[in-house]
Amino acid sequence: MKLAYWMYAGPAHIGTLRVASSSRNVHAIMHAPLGDDYFNVMRSTSERERDFTPVTASVADRHVLARGSQEKVINNISRKDEEQHPDLIVLTPTCTSSILQEDLQNFVDRASLSSESDVIPADVNYHRVNELQAADRTLEQIIRFYMDRARKRSTLDRSVTDAPSANIIGIFTLGFHNQHDCRELKRLPGESGIAVNQVIPEGGSLKYLKDLPRAWFNTVPYREVGLMTAAFSEKEYGMPYISITPMGISNTADFIAQIGKLVNVWAFALPEKRLNYKLYVDNQTKFVSQAAWFSKSIDCQNLAGKEAAIFGDATHAASITKILVKEMGIRVSCSGTYCKHDAERFNEQVQGLCDEVIVTENHTEVGDTIARIEPSAIFGTQMERHIGKRIDIPCGVISSPVHIQNFPLGYRPFLGYEGTNQIADLIYNSFNLGMEDHSLDVFGGHDTKEVSTKSLSTDRRDINWTPEAESEPNRIPGFVRGKTKKNTEVFAKGNNISEITIDVMYAAKEKSSP
Amino acid sequence: MKTLEIPTFECETGNYHTFCPISCVAWLYQKIEDSFFLVVGTKTRGYFLQNALGVMIFAEPRYAMAESEEGDISAQLNDQKELERICLRVKDDRNPSVIIWIGTRTTEIIKMDLEGIAPKLEKQLGIPIVVARANGLDHAFTQGEDTALAATTHRCPEYNHRTTNQQKGDVVKHIVVDVVSDDKSLDEGGKSNRCNLVLFGSLPSSVASQSNLESRRQSVSVSGWLPSQRYTELPALGEGVYVCGVNPFLSRTATTLMRRRKCQLVGAPFPIGPDGTRAWIEKICLVFDVKPDGLEERENQIWKNLSDYLDIITGKSVFSMGDNLLEISLARFLIRCGMVVYEVGIPYMDRRYQAAELLLLQHTCEKMKKPMPRIVEKPDNYSQVQRMHELQPDLAITGMAHANPLEARDIDTKWSVEFTFAQIHGSVNARDALELVTRPLRRKSDSVLGLDCRSLSRQTVDV
Repeated sequence: MKLAYWMYAGPAHIGTLRVASSSRNVHAIMHAPLGDDYFNVMRSTSERERDFTPVTASVADRHVLARGSQEKVINNISRKDEEQHPDLIVLTPTCTSSILQEDLQNFVDRASLSSESDVIPADVNYHRVNELQAADRTLEQIIRFYMDRARKRSTLDRSVTDAPSANIIGIFTLGFHNQHDCRELKRLPGESGIAVNQVIPEGGSLKYLKDLPRAWFNTVPYREVGLMTAAFSEKEYGMPYISITPMGISNTADFIAQIGKLVNVWAFALPEKRLNYKLYVDNQTKFVSQAAWFSKSIDCQNLAGKEAAIFGDATHAASITKILVKEMGIRVSCSGTYCKHDAERFNEQVQGLCDEVIVTENHTEVGDTIARIEPSAIFGTQMERHIGKRIDIPCGVISSPVHIQNFPLGYRPFLGYEGTNQIADLIYNSFNLGMEDHSLDVFGGHDTKEVSTKSLSTDRRDINWTPEAESEPNRIPGFVRGKTKKNTEVFAKGNNISEITIDVMYAAKEKSSP
Repeated sequence: MKTLEIPTFECETGNYHTFCPISCVAWLYQKIEDSFFLVVGTKTRGYFLQNALGVMIFAEPRYAMAESEEGDISAQLNDQKELERICLRVKDDRNPSVIIWIGTRTTEIIKMDLEGIAPKLEKQLGIPIVVARANGLDHAFTQGEDTALAATTHRCPEYNHRTTNQQKGDVVKHIVVDVVSDDKSLDEGGKSNRCNLVLFGSLPSSVASQSNLESRRQSVSVSGWLPSQRYTELPALGEGVYVCGVNPFLSRTATTLMRRRKCQLVGAPFPIGPDGTRAWIEKICLVFDVKPDGLEERENQIWKNLSDYLDIITGKSVFSMGDNLLEISLARFLIRCGMVVYEVGIPYMDRRYQAAELLLLQHTCEKMKKPMPRIVEKPDNYSQVQRMHELQPDLAITGMAHANPLEARDIDTKWSVEFTFAQIHGSVNARDALELVTRPLRRKSDSVLGLDCRSLSRQTVDV
């Protein structure tokens, strides 16, 4: 058992439901007790969905506990089949069904005898995987199911399109800025002469999955979901894939270079000559994206050497780390992710870019680390935003888990060239707001604040501050105040001083200044 | 207690959307200031809580999950040892006066013996541990509070109006003093202001004191609340104590109070709306043999103050999908306001505990010449939506999962959870309740979008 107040990634079934409800005309039936259909609320409120979320619960009550589900699940499947005629019904296990150890496969086998819809059980182990892993797995499972079946029925279309085309894999509901990213992603290859064959699972219809192999290659924009599908397509159907996230200028350039490499293999077959991707990238980088110019501008110069802490899912945290360090010259003191299952790769990505890497699912650990480092800005999830609020450090939200305000109506991609503009704004505004606040402090704006110990854990140190010394930090600009105070206390402790006077403060300052 | 025959009553499949009953910790931890709620269950529960409670989770709440892992499920780990470790940490970090364990469906299915472990750990830790089984197998949403209060009932000190110097534990000393001071004026037969009335149901403290005031105006003083503001101030219970519920979902607590603590239940309609509040007080007065004074004028006055809202809703129709058990009282209030109620969905209908409320509903329908609404226990949301497409109600009171899709289909909605969290009890708050009900209807008339923006759903509605 684990004491927990908060979690970054949700339980497994959420991932399955996100994938299922993203595709058109797919219905998910959860084998769960009353109240577990909370997913519908999330989707309906956060995404402001206009349509009913295609998820129902086959309610497990006390009778189910006593006698097993028996006909209940099967009846529910048949009922949905009749009422809404979905193409596919995904039977979704929850923690309850995993503890009850009911044979979902058996229910599925029996239900599919009578139902028009296809029925599959989501093959997800509740206790071993989280939301993201489950989504990855479920997506692969659905794609595999339909592609293999099409192959068996010889309806699978394996002739590649005349013009180069790509599939985009891993855009789905409740994903962080996924809708906007998708639009940007369609534009990105489009401008370089690549058509989009299909986007899965968002808005895709299962009927067309047989045309999936027609694309020249697959792209997987986010590491968390889609890689399994891409790997499967490569292995079984020989489709190459690009797993670079086009976030930030250099990553986007890499992404397009990869496309160029894949496409130009077939250059002899193309009507036009080799596509010159270098020219495109150059043009975009210099003139479409403002980010390259921004990092040269005087604004960005002011950010040089500022410290930041980053935390989020593996894709966003790693990409933002790279952007901050390589494209803006900001020092990243700490970069971290809650995607423990992807830790190795994450470490590799941020290697040499930051002072410290944390891989944890525990938000207090993240909070304490940030409090210790005291960066000028944080880039993280909603949780880090709240940590920032508490210790008075600005925070830009770069990754789920998020609230409704991170499902903006306006166009806010994180990927592609427009994405680089958005990210530059986000980063600059976070730091800028902080600076503004501090200049107010420097010029004696609102200087009546109490000195805060910028720590989340409340360990009271037994060190006294004399009244004069206590008021002294108020004269120091706010953004270094906490640090000064802490350094002084550390110095006092180290020298066995129990009372801090002004002299001690300045002695400490001398010691700590470089 | 009598049960009432309702001609328009039916029961559906139970495929409906509601909150998990563990959500009761959200308001109970705020109500009981010195408590700590520990939800024992899997990630699903934790995820629900953190999403449902939104911003509250960042405010260092006094609740947490004891998240069971694979080792717990397969009994490789010892439940008692695990809980001991976690509760010790909670004690060190927060030092609460009581830890309330919320059992979930996981503990239910793997048959974790929370009730057995609690007394042992209680002795070891020196902190009372109350076990409430609020799981989605048996309960819906607000019934979570019911299980928690029923469990707390056993911890209330014993009421004994004859003995003045009773031996009691430290924690309840000042309550004993209270009871004693009441005792001085109390003799057998309880006349006015000598009654011992304990109200049960968690209300925000301002609403609770409004209710106290309301009954004191009739010379009936409330001697305590279950739950109290602090765990250490729980009211004394026992023979001779009258209890009355303020919420319609507290049937288990009512039963426990009657059977286990020998209290006498005052079966009354619930103090929601001016009509409900009046009927509620009248019933209490009747029990204590007090002649109610000025109630009718007071009710009329309140109705008069509501006239601007009543103008908006009179004649409009409501469809309540049902998820929090406040539905009957709310429907009764809205019918009295002049609305037509098509259907009242309700997760669970205790016809004994709600008898007085149902009777009042019937009377209200007769009085207002409105049809008795169809009452659907364990509704089926899918069928309800189909019925709604036929009936086209002016307002649907519904859960958050259905609100946006219904709005996109031109049915104005009001989130039902808001009625759980808003202050709707007592005459004073009738305005707040109507504020909620009228909000979607007011918005519509103000809307700049004309008829062009009517149906905004792309999905075809195949009815």
